Amino acid sequence: MDDRTKTALNWPEAIYAHFRRVGIRQVGYVPDAGHSRLIELCVHDPDIHDVVLTTEEEGVGLVAGAALGGERAALLMQSSGVGNCINMFSLLGNCGFPCLLLVTMRGEFAEFNPWQVPMGAITEASLKLCSFLTYRVEEPGDVDEIVGAGCDMAFNGNLPVAILLAQRLIGRKEWTK
Amino acid sequence: MLDRREFVGKLLLDRKNLLVIAGLGSPTYDVAACGDHPLNFYLWGAMGSAAMIGLGLALAQPAHRVLVLTGDGEALMGLGSLATIGVKQPGNLVIVVLDNQRYGETGMQPSHTRAGIDLVAVAKACKFADGIHVSEIGAVNRIRDLVHNGAGPILVQARISSDAAPRVLPIRDGHAIKLRFMEALSDL
Repeated sequence: MDDRTKTALNWPEAIYAHFRRVGIRQVGYVPDAGHSRLIELCVHDPDIHDVVLTTEEEGVGLVAGAALGGERAALLMQSSGVGNCINMFSLLGNCGFPCLLLVTMRGEFAEFNPWQVPMGAITEASLKLCSFLTYRVEEPGDVDEIVGAGCDMAFNGNLPVAILLAQRLIGRKEWTK
Repeated sequence: MLDRREFVGKLLLDRKNLLVIAGLGSPTYDVAACGDHPLNFYLWGAMGSAAMIGLGLALAQPAHRVLVLTGDGEALMGLGSLATIGVKQPGNLVIVVLDNQRYGETGMQPSHTRAGIDLVAVAKACKFADGIHVSEIGAVNRIRDLVHNGAGPILVQARISSDAAPRVLPIRDGHAIKLRFMEALSDL
């Protein structure tokens, strides 16, 4: 296995390492194939409360509550989940809560399901309208640097930060399995 | 039926270090009417988020009791939260729903509880440790004891009359509410 392949396979570990570095204690998520490895790492970490949500908007409340209690939290979701959160995002700006959002993109590259396209196409613009700083990651080798920078922006500045993990980075969904 | 101000006033009597999340609308005014307190987090928006804010706070502060005081409409908007809380089983979280079976802020239109939708039954189905209906003020001491000592998660559906209470408006600046809360919590 060459280095590039190793890096490509390890990008969830790179994100998790930053969770450890900045002391993330709560991770909210809706189960997702793209985030499956990262979710697994969080679930098995005794220092992290993994909170499986029925809908992504619950996670915004979770983040606010964690911050009130002095803990740092992160949210993992698909691009479709961003649309579920719009009104709840008002909590972040109204109160100055930090928010670290990791979004696996759908509907933008080698997408099997056209129904994923409408929300995927407006995910980044929607986040910007909701005052998020957004960063896109296309290359596995960039995950470490961009996620690290995003964590620091979110928690040093009490800012909403969204990192969009491109569908090309995550890879094609295997429909035959 | 309960008078909302009397019930909330007695529920928050001698509240010690109780952390209180107040749902938007009348519950926020009810909590403020009992006397402003730095450990009150008043919501003015984000309808449907109160229970989840309570969960995040309860997980972050397991040594403290967390009370979410909210309305029936607000609780209904975050109904899935009850399932999420049921998975995590926070022992220090109590949700009290002030149920007037109406959307008070928008003109007293009937809510789903008016049609008999039972939030206590939902909470129990979501593996809450306890769920209780209350409609008589005589039960308030028992509920206050549960808020401070009961093994959570607990949901109390308190049937209040739909009489309008005078509006008591607390501070609206979310940054100020947050910072005041966090500072008071760090001093406990």
